[in-house]
Formats: sequence, structure tokens, C-alpha cells
Amino acid sequence: MDFNTNFILGCSAIGAGLAVIAGIGPGIGQGIAAGHAAAAVGRNPGAKSAITSTMLLGQAVAETTGLYGLLIAMLLLFVKPLGK
Amino acid sequence: MQIGPLLSSADNIDFMIHGLFKYSFFGHEVWITTSHVCILIVMLIIVGFAVAANRAMKKATEVPTGFQNVVELMVEKLDGMVDSPMGKNAPRFYNYIGTVFIFILLSNISGLLGLRPPTADYGVTLPLGILTFVLIHFNQFKYQKLKDIWADMCSPLPPWLPIWFPINLISEIAVPVSLSLRLFANVLSGTVMMALVYGLLGWFATIWPAALHVYFDLFSGAIQTYVFCMLTMTYINNAIGSEN
Repeated sequence: MDFNTNFILGCSAIGAGLAVIAGIGPGIGQGIAAGHAAAAVGRNPGAKSAITSTMLLGQAVAETTGLYGLLIAMLLLFVKPLGK
Repeated sequence: MQIGPLLSSADNIDFMIHGLFKYSFFGHEVWITTSHVCILIVMLIIVGFAVAANRAMKKATEVPTGFQNVVELMVEKLDGMVDSPMGKNAPRFYNYIGTVFIFILLSNISGLLGLRPPTADYGVTLPLGILTFVLIHFNQFKYQKLKDIWADMCSPLPPWLPIWFPINLISEIAVPVSLSLRLFANVLSGTVMMALVYGLLGWFATIWPAALHVYFDLFSGAIQTYVFCMLTMTYINNAIGSEN
């Protein structure tokens, strides 16, 4: 295994790590959604089930961008598109 | 050359799709993979349940007992789920949404049976996304006038100035891609996580990973199924339009 292969593998690993940083955004977004849902339940405890399902739906949609980062990391680590 | 990307014991980690046997299809090399086998098992479970439910409903009684109760409850809950976002358009979509819901849910939680979830294969989720895409545009062309669709595609600007048309076209194409990628990546991340726990920890991962299964397989799978069906219904309802 020559230097170039090793270099590409190392850079792919660094790129995978950088791609997973995309998880910060959905983390913040889901936290905001959960915080507002908690406030809403505090204001109107009767609507708890509707608020919870709306919150989960919104969080699952917000999670998508983080999962794109995860996908890129997976591709870099396991499919190794750059080393071909 | 095989480099374990994580640790020295990375040989035990296995979450990839394996080819079982290959055959030639018009000169192309095509593989029957573990995804096909898992999807067949899921289908067999669904078909078995459907046959049992059909038998139970044939000798249905006025006051439901036993298995008939379960089937009626399921149908009621699924129909109720379709009712809330679709309103009066709901009865035409009970069958499709219910079928898709049961299939995706069973696929997602089939990790509990030791299968590799079929939805952790992009070849399974992309057709589901394309089905949604086709349904959206079929209903759009069926219920809206061509003029309105064109005005909608040029939306922020007036219809005689289609500068925004390419951007709106891309956003239309992004719908099935993002739907399928969301489902795929969620299930795949759960599968990879469980494979890492079982592969790297060895004997230490004996009983407590059951708690992780509850989250990654049951909770995450159910939420993603719900989200997929909910978004499909919302898109279709928007395509039908409010005046119809």
C-alpha cells in the first residue's frame, strides 16, 4: 500500500469527522422545539398529546440535515469513493 | 486491502448488505442480496397476518371478540391517522397509506427479529419516495388546471416570467429524495449503531442492548414511519388543492 492510498484514507477519515459536525444544527433545532413544546404544555396541559405528536413530527423532519452529514461520513468511511 | 475503520476488533462489525447469489439479467450482473430475503420475510409475516385477519372477519360477530377486536382496532387507528391531515379526501387514501404504514413499520422493527431492516437499503426507500412523487403529481394534474400548476411553478413571480421555474422544479424533485433519504438514514444509523455495540463490545453486550433496541428499532422506527406517512398525506393534500 503506497503513500497515496494511506493519504486518501486519512483524509477521508478527517472528512467523515468533519461531516458529522452537521449534527450540531439539528441538535440545537430539536432542543428549541422541545423547549417550546414544554412551555406549551405548561401553558395548556390539556393539549399535551397533540403538542407531543406535533413536536415529534417537527423534530424528525429537522433531524434530516444531520442525517445527511451522517450519510456523507458513512460513504467516506465504508464506500471509500475517493480511493478508487 | 481491508482496513478496519474503527478499532482493531473491527472485523466483527457487520452491517453491510451481502450478495447471496448472482445471475445474469440482459448481460448485467445482478445480485440477490440479504435485503431481498429480509423483505420476503417481512412480506410473509404481513401476508400471514392478512390471511388470519380475513378469516377472522369472515365469521365476524356483532360484538367483536378476540382477534377480531385487534383487527378492528388497527383499522380504526390507521383510518383515524389518515383522517386528520386529509379531511374529506381521506377515504380514497385509507388503503394506500395503511399499506405503506404497515410495511414500513414492520420493516423498521424487523431488526428485533435479527434481520437487517429492508428499509436500511436505499433501493427499498427510493421506490417508496417515487410512489409518493407519482401520487402527488397524478393528483395535481387530475384536480388542478394546467394554468394554475404553471402559475404555481413560477410562484413568486408572475406566470409570464418563468425565471423561478428551474428552482421550483428542483424543489419538486427534492421531495422524493429527501423523503427516502430521511427514512433510509434513520434506519441505517440505528442498524450501524447496533452493529457497533454488538461488534466492538463482544461478551460485554449481553442484556442491556435491549434498551438500545427499544430506542433505535421501536421508537425511531415508529416515528419515522409516522413521519413518512404524514408527509406523504400532506403533500398529496396540497396537490389536490383546497377548493376540491
